[in-house]
Amino acid sequence: MDKYLEMIRIRFLMMLAYRTNYYTGILIYGINIGAYYFLWTAIYSGKEEIQGLSITQMTTYVAISWMARAFYFNNLDREMAMEIMEGKVAVELIRPYNYLGMKTMQGLGEGIFRLFFFSLPGLIIVYFVFPIQITLKPSVWGLFAISILLSFFINTQLNLLTGITTFFLYNNTGLIRAKRVVIDLFSGLLLPMSFFPGWAQGIMKFLPFQGISYIPSMIYTEGFTHQQAIQAIGQQFIWVIILLIPIQILWVIAKKQLVIQGG
Amino acid sequence: MKNAIEVNNLRKEFKAYSSRSGLAGAFRDLFTRNYKIARAVNDISFNVKQGEMVGYIGENGAGKSTTIKMLTGILTPSGGQIKVNGMNPHKEREKFVQTIGVVFGQRSQLWWDIAVQESFRLLKKVYKVTDEQYDDHMNHVIKTLDIEPLLDKPVRKLSLGQRMRCELAAALIHNPPLLFLDEPTIGLDVLVKLKIREFLKEVNEKYNTTILLTTHDLSDIEALCERVIMLDEGNIIYDGALKNLKDTLGDGKELQFQFLEKVDLPAVKKLTAALPVKWEHDEKEQIFTANMQNNDELISQLIAKIVAAFKIKDIKINETSTEEIIRNIYEKGAVEVG
Repeated sequence: MDKYLEMIRIRFLMMLAYRTNYYTGILIYGINIGAYYFLWTAIYSGKEEIQGLSITQMTTYVAISWMARAFYFNNLDREMAMEIMEGKVAVELIRPYNYLGMKTMQGLGEGIFRLFFFSLPGLIIVYFVFPIQITLKPSVWGLFAISILLSFFINTQLNLLTGITTFFLYNNTGLIRAKRVVIDLFSGLLLPMSFFPGWAQGIMKFLPFQGISYIPSMIYTEGFTHQQAIQAIGQQFIWVIILLIPIQILWVIAKKQLVIQGG
Repeated sequence: MKNAIEVNNLRKEFKAYSSRSGLAGAFRDLFTRNYKIARAVNDISFNVKQGEMVGYIGENGAGKSTTIKMLTGILTPSGGQIKVNGMNPHKEREKFVQTIGVVFGQRSQLWWDIAVQESFRLLKKVYKVTDEQYDDHMNHVIKTLDIEPLLDKPVRKLSLGQRMRCELAAALIHNPPLLFLDEPTIGLDVLVKLKIREFLKEVNEKYNTTILLTTHDLSDIEALCERVIMLDEGNIIYDGALKNLKDTLGDGKELQFQFLEKVDLPAVKKLTAALPVKWEHDEKEQIFTANMQNNDELISQLIAKIVAAFKIKDIKINETSTEEIIRNIYEKGAVEVG
């Protein structure tokens, strides 16, 4: 376990090594939240509520989903693709640890870094600029915390899955990009699920994506009742378990037919 | 003494895809692709005893790196058995890699963006090395390799020679009984090379560490290894003492001439056509090299002929170098050592 904790620390150091990335990141998230805020005020334009969400709830939803995204988002798929394409994965395989586990820990290190140095200060700034509602209920915070941890796992698992496909496809840049758009759209980051047409919502219920952004944001904005929130977390948890299966299977196959590229 | 590495009929096959030519070919490739099975390692067998230092040599693409990758558990063999440190590398990977150290000359295993000591610290945790073990062992390694002043620098700021020394130290953090070095001296200057060789010798003597070394620099092998395994197109063509190889095959002499005037190779060749000599010409330095049997009579005849025809600036007589021997072997494709 020690080594996995150490990996989180190393990732922290690596994030600190690239300060410019960090500052531009804050800027990009700020712009995004601002843009969506103005977009939604235009859409609401005087209406009390749409699909059961008030304008304040909507703004909070946007701010919270972007801040949560800072935590769950990572580029593990792209990193894995690079490591596999450049043959660096050979070095990973001569270490006495689980490659995928280590990757997950790197993602977690990155997430925790952004949560503390990025999301929290960012949220405070956003709080003063836009009319959002910061809840004080510990039960909501508690459920939200569990929920974003699970969204981190779902998102990371999808990234690992996409990353592993590099073993078979050798170049999967297109797939990585497609996955990113699908997640941003279907996870409820750009649009809450309740805004999708009924049939689409029906399909989405059977996909893991809404566990990434929609569920934690709805829990935080109290768009869910307590009962619904617990159910939604249960759903996220089930997805975490289900996604382990294809990852494990693909990983075993990948190792068998591994070709180290570049000698 | 027990064997550190036991390899039996090891084989590795790759599927090699070939692209059809032209646009029409590219479209056909979308649906069905041509491939053929290429055999990188062809049923090889060898053993290495604990504490041995073995040079594993071969041309580019001879299957050296593929073998190393199978021995380290990265690649799955297509056939045959491997037992390294008493384990099957691929089956028990996590437990197995604890007992080996690996240096890939062409890829770094340190983390690029962070200081060397942070990488060391992580590796120390990864290999579950205690503080006492680390201090006892690594302080010495750090001192010998002279990397103390590099420890707080990020890897990306190190020169190749500095990085290589750090890589070597990183591979030894858990003091493994078996060390794989895949071209560890590639691109290094003479001083760093010497330092690394000295260090490897010391490690081998002190801890009885087995070392398997691949390199294209034969002076590494000469300095370190008593035994060489030579690979060509996936087959072992020689396995034995380096000394034998030299004694049996190194019975030639090499004569180097430099002339005062401009002389061209055909003229020299024509002059000595009657003698069993192989000529080579270095354009840049204008050095003519003659390879021939170690026969005093022949050598005198050759020199007499050359001296009579051309004005000589410099002349040298050398024993055939190991490189020359190895090149001869590759050209013939087999070794017969008595």
